[in-house]
Amino acid sequence: MTTTAAPPPALRPPRRKRRSRIDDRGWLFVAPFALVFALVFLAPLAYSVYLSLFRDQLIGGNAFVGFANYVTAFGDEKFWDGFGRVGIFLVVQVPIMLILALAAALAIDSARLHAAGFYRIVIFLPYAVPAVVAVLMWGYIYGDQFGLTRNLNDLLGGQVVQPFLPEWMLLSIGNIVTWQFVGYNMLIFYSSLKTIPGELYEAASIDGAGAWRTIFSIKIPAVRGAVVIATIFSIIGSFQLFNEPNILKPLAPNVISTFFTPNMYAYNLSFAGQQYNYAATIAIIMGVITAVIAYVVQLRGSRQEAR
Amino acid sequence: MTTATAPRTDTVAVTTSRGPRLARRSPTSSKKSLVLSIVMGLYLLYTLVPLFWLLINATKTQADLFTTFGLGPGNSFALFDNIVETLTYRDGIFVRWLGNTLLYVVVGAGGATLLATLAGYGLAKYNFRGRKAVFAVVLGAIAVPGTALAVPTFLLFSQLGLTNTPWAIIIPSLISPFGLYLIWVYATDAIPTELLEAARMDGAGEFRTFFTISIRLLTPGIVTVLLFAVVATWNNYFLPLIMLSDPQWYPLTVGLNQWNAQATGVAAQPIYNLVITGSVLSIIPIVAAFLVLQRFWQSGLSAGSVKQ
Repeated sequence: MTTTAAPPPALRPPRRKRRSRIDDRGWLFVAPFALVFALVFLAPLAYSVYLSLFRDQLIGGNAFVGFANYVTAFGDEKFWDGFGRVGIFLVVQVPIMLILALAAALAIDSARLHAAGFYRIVIFLPYAVPAVVAVLMWGYIYGDQFGLTRNLNDLLGGQVVQPFLPEWMLLSIGNIVTWQFVGYNMLIFYSSLKTIPGELYEAASIDGAGAWRTIFSIKIPAVRGAVVIATIFSIIGSFQLFNEPNILKPLAPNVISTFFTPNMYAYNLSFAGQQYNYAATIAIIMGVITAVIAYVVQLRGSRQEAR
Repeated sequence: MTTATAPRTDTVAVTTSRGPRLARRSPTSSKKSLVLSIVMGLYLLYTLVPLFWLLINATKTQADLFTTFGLGPGNSFALFDNIVETLTYRDGIFVRWLGNTLLYVVVGAGGATLLATLAGYGLAKYNFRGRKAVFAVVLGAIAVPGTALAVPTFLLFSQLGLTNTPWAIIIPSLISPFGLYLIWVYATDAIPTELLEAARMDGAGEFRTFFTISIRLLTPGIVTVLLFAVVATWNNYFLPLIMLSDPQWYPLTVGLNQWNAQATGVAAQPIYNLVITGSVLSIIPIVAAFLVLQRFWQSGLSAGSVKQ
């Protein structure tokens, strides 16, 4: 079927660059997506902006307060506490995760690995594990009741490893997130590595470039675009951090506060405190900060690429 | 796609098994390295040990969990007892949750794939008015964190009377900006415009052309989008947590978390063995899907990344 429908090459005009004719029938295909998109993306977005400009007061009910909620948020220690925490998380966890992912992708791509396909699929596997299961699993492993941590401490003698201590908590969460997402990022990098044309490798080997030289001069520059994309998604993921701390909370209730991350704060404000307006404000501030940082990363990434 | 300068007719013939098939590798790099294999083997252990722990502990009774070594077998092999108990606990609520998850996955992920495929194809192959605006809005939406939307979506849906119904989970699951992007990239390269024009000249309608010709050329891309949409809905936690208060509509993720939470608090009733067994049961289908379909999604993904 694939070949019969194509017109014979001779009849075709020589590779037109692009059809410029307006064809509004495209809307037939796009409309269903656009309608649902408007309902679940644009409407809530507009609604949250609207909410953030109002306040539910004891006297006077729902009243327009302008940017008062934003002013409150900027002076809110709980918000900044959570923000600082995801900031630290971002700066430490994201580079570690992406470097591990890149290293794994390069190793699998290097053709020096036995059973590379097996490594690829196994390292990717955790991505398919639901976050809830991943966190519960690691949470139990961390626990001192029946987890591996207890076994390890028995072995070492004493309480050496205590993942649920306040100073260890962020590290424990970082480990879970790393475990879940290295494989996914590895796959993005690996797919990108696969697109490097063979001639480049031939040229490099004629020039006498070794394996390391090839990695730093050809492979890493080639995956820069993929790295930028992965970085942006990781930044978004870090700022949204919610599942891991929220699911760990019953296992370590005294360490994880209701405002451990901004997202948890917004969640608890709305569903425990009924402060919908303020929760929407927090969410919008986080959204704007995330979008700005993602945009800057993308700009920097593409500028370096152009150089 | 900069390298694919082969004539279009060749591309048509091979599109169904796409993915870059480029000659590659320097001849020097074919020697296997033992050191590298060992280092990567360590990472493999890091990946697998927790899953192994989960699997081993699904075979233990709750008492054995506390008294036997984490990575070793328990005093008795209780896997089948655990499975039966998981499936029958509280009148089989776990089975109900599994059914809910399947419902959300089939309708949500299936619908998301259909919408993304149609829209991505429309964006790639039709030069309609407003096309650039659609694309810009959707790309912009990817940068907006779900956080900013979760609470307002809940409020909006509660005013529409949709919360605590399956629709509250299904409707938001129908949108996959990533899927749209992938199909857009994929369709641009996989479907020659000439082919569509030929079909039009033969008098085929736009939808007929799409369902008889285009959809076949898009198959690897569609499978990829479907698989990732399935994972996203199967693993969805935040959205159902917000939208649902009636356990009858919980998906597995929220249900398992509730089982875990009942181990603490005033009337604590720990059922760790059931949480662990339930976790294993909820992983199996999704992992199986990835393994079975890996040929498809790996080629679909590589096509998507070419564009980057």
